[in-house]
Amino acid sequence: MEQSTNMQMDDVLDTKLDTAEMKQPIISIKDLTKMYDEHVAVNQLSLSIQEGEIFGLLGPNGAGKSTTILMMLGLTEPTSGTVRVCGLDSVRQPIAVKRRVGYLPDDIGFYEDMTGYDNLMYTARLNRIPELEARQRVDVMLQRVGLSEAAMKKASTYSRGMRQRLGLAEVLLKKPEVIILDEPTLGLDPEGVRELLLLIKALSRDEGITVLLSSHHLHQVQQICDRVGIFVKGELLVEGDVPSLAKGLYLEEALTLEVGVKPIDNELIEKLRSLPGVVRVDEQDGLLQIGCKEDISSELSRILIESGCSLFHLQMKQYGLDEIYHRYFEGGEPNAGEIKRNTP
Amino acid sequence: MQEKLSGILRKTAQVFSGGGRGVMSSMSAAYTGSTAAASRTGPHPFWIIVRKEMSDIMLSWRYVILLALMLLTCGASLYTAISSIKTAVPTGEAVDSFLFLRLFTLSDGTIPSFITFVGFLGPLIGIALGFDAVNSERNKGTLSRMMAQPIHRDYVINAKFVAGISVIGILFFALGLLIMGLGLLTLGIPPTFEEFLRMIFFLMLSVVYIAFWLNLSIVFSVRFRQPATSALSCIALWIFFSMFYTMIIEMIAKGIAPVNPTHMDQLVNYQQTVQFLMRLSPGHLFNEATLTLLMPEVRTLSLFVPPEQTYGALPSPLSVGQSLLLVWPQLTGLIAAVLVCFMAAYMMFMRQEIRSR
Repeated sequence: MEQSTNMQMDDVLDTKLDTAEMKQPIISIKDLTKMYDEHVAVNQLSLSIQEGEIFGLLGPNGAGKSTTILMMLGLTEPTSGTVRVCGLDSVRQPIAVKRRVGYLPDDIGFYEDMTGYDNLMYTARLNRIPELEARQRVDVMLQRVGLSEAAMKKASTYSRGMRQRLGLAEVLLKKPEVIILDEPTLGLDPEGVRELLLLIKALSRDEGITVLLSSHHLHQVQQICDRVGIFVKGELLVEGDVPSLAKGLYLEEALTLEVGVKPIDNELIEKLRSLPGVVRVDEQDGLLQIGCKEDISSELSRILIESGCSLFHLQMKQYGLDEIYHRYFEGGEPNAGEIKRNTP
Repeated sequence: MQEKLSGILRKTAQVFSGGGRGVMSSMSAAYTGSTAAASRTGPHPFWIIVRKEMSDIMLSWRYVILLALMLLTCGASLYTAISSIKTAVPTGEAVDSFLFLRLFTLSDGTIPSFITFVGFLGPLIGIALGFDAVNSERNKGTLSRMMAQPIHRDYVINAKFVAGISVIGILFFALGLLIMGLGLLTLGIPPTFEEFLRMIFFLMLSVVYIAFWLNLSIVFSVRFRQPATSALSCIALWIFFSMFYTMIIEMIAKGIAPVNPTHMDQLVNYQQTVQFLMRLSPGHLFNEATLTLLMPEVRTLSLFVPPEQTYGALPSPLSVGQSLLLVWPQLTGLIAAVLVCFMAAYMMFMRQEIRSR
């Protein structure tokens, strides 16, 4: 009875959120709030993540990312609001949630005097995987993360990157539907980050696992996330894919074209300014910075060549998360609120 | 050498865990109440944790050190007991009626007896096994990883307690039986069934007493982040109870002593107050209980016995049942202390937020 009313409520909410897609989100968070004494760690967070998606939860340290993750797993009770993961209430059924969700803590620790293999076997046993199957799965997972050779070494000899990969193998042992990674790239060298992210991407693609990862490293996450949410001081400022976030931020100019052309004169600049879609044209270090609403590079180059100039450089600059991030953090609260409204 | 030692220990641990598996899985069925689920999948996670904790303890250096310390204790107290029994027997008193129990209680004055050793060193064993139970897992970051698995949170702390008490139980029963065996060899007199029962009760009592210290140290390990802080607090309490508590009570006793007792009741009240204060110390409870259990001629633990009760009583030793009845309050008190400590640790642990490091 209770379940059916919940389902109905979910349906209503879904239709409100997006009428085009009727799919039930695998993670749905509604008005989630967590208070520590007077301090608000998470404030009225609402978020839904679809199955198979890679979602990046971005924000500076202490923004409440980890607290949100703990609440999703039922490790911390929310002050108010609900979290449903795989259709289960995280507060009421934490064990069932943890059976379906793999969680990689930000600073993962292993039993140092046990081998990597034994560490994984212990987790497998805690998940009540039968002994024989557990051995097979551990072998497969170790191979998958490239630790087969180090499997019989003690965990104390592992490097940071190896620990992180061992952690990922552990998370995958229970064949989760969702994996939650808290700062998975923290403390890894660039090559390690790249490998780990590619691994995560491959897992999501091959096995259809939903991935939620938190990070304060924007560049890294940008490469693999389908959608991101920016989280500051316990509030989700925006969510969406990177291009649409950029659009929301710089509504006037979605992208900038950097053009190297000779000779530059006022007549040319005026001509370019009159083109449809161009917002601004500036000269900077001998290059023209053309802000425009959409990609007009082919039209632009045709016009330039027709007008007899020599074109030696043309680059399209899209706004990355870094710019988005800076705009949000440096713009301050009021600005952020304004942008939020602008977001489609 | 070290490799060899740890190899042997590992093997024993494996034998133990392997041998215990049948028992454990049947117990796990009892724990969950679902036999079908337990047999279809692996053993219950609770017993997995217990097994790991036990093998952790048994493979650790601190266990080897404690074991060596206890073996030394056994050797020393056995030596002193046997040498004083040999001098005591020819003088021909009523000693030989419970000769076998003297193995635990006799001392030649230079080396303390076994029960004194246990009373003093027992807390150390409990503290050593529990002082970093929770906080080291937290500091290593393994606690949050374990909590992400589909297990209830209290499994962790329950399993730590069960593992600790099992190891202590095994250790004490092994040592006790070892002493009995060695005593049998050197004395040549087999213990009577009653003596055997008394010794078993004494060993159980020791396990309860050490369980109190184990739980106390688990409380501190939940409370303090640093293992060193929790170890130090436990040791401070241990030293307080074993050295200073008696002194403080004696000072208080001097202060509240009636100056000119005019009536018997005044004296009795005073003695009862002092005795009550003394009994607040778990060590004192343990001492009273062990003495009664191992010395059947102890007939009462109160200091004043009305003459009408002693008049006509035969100066014969008590039976096991009567001795047990006599120490029942002490035993209950100790078990209550164990439970109070465990509940404190449990409540604190359940309320804490588990974050990664």
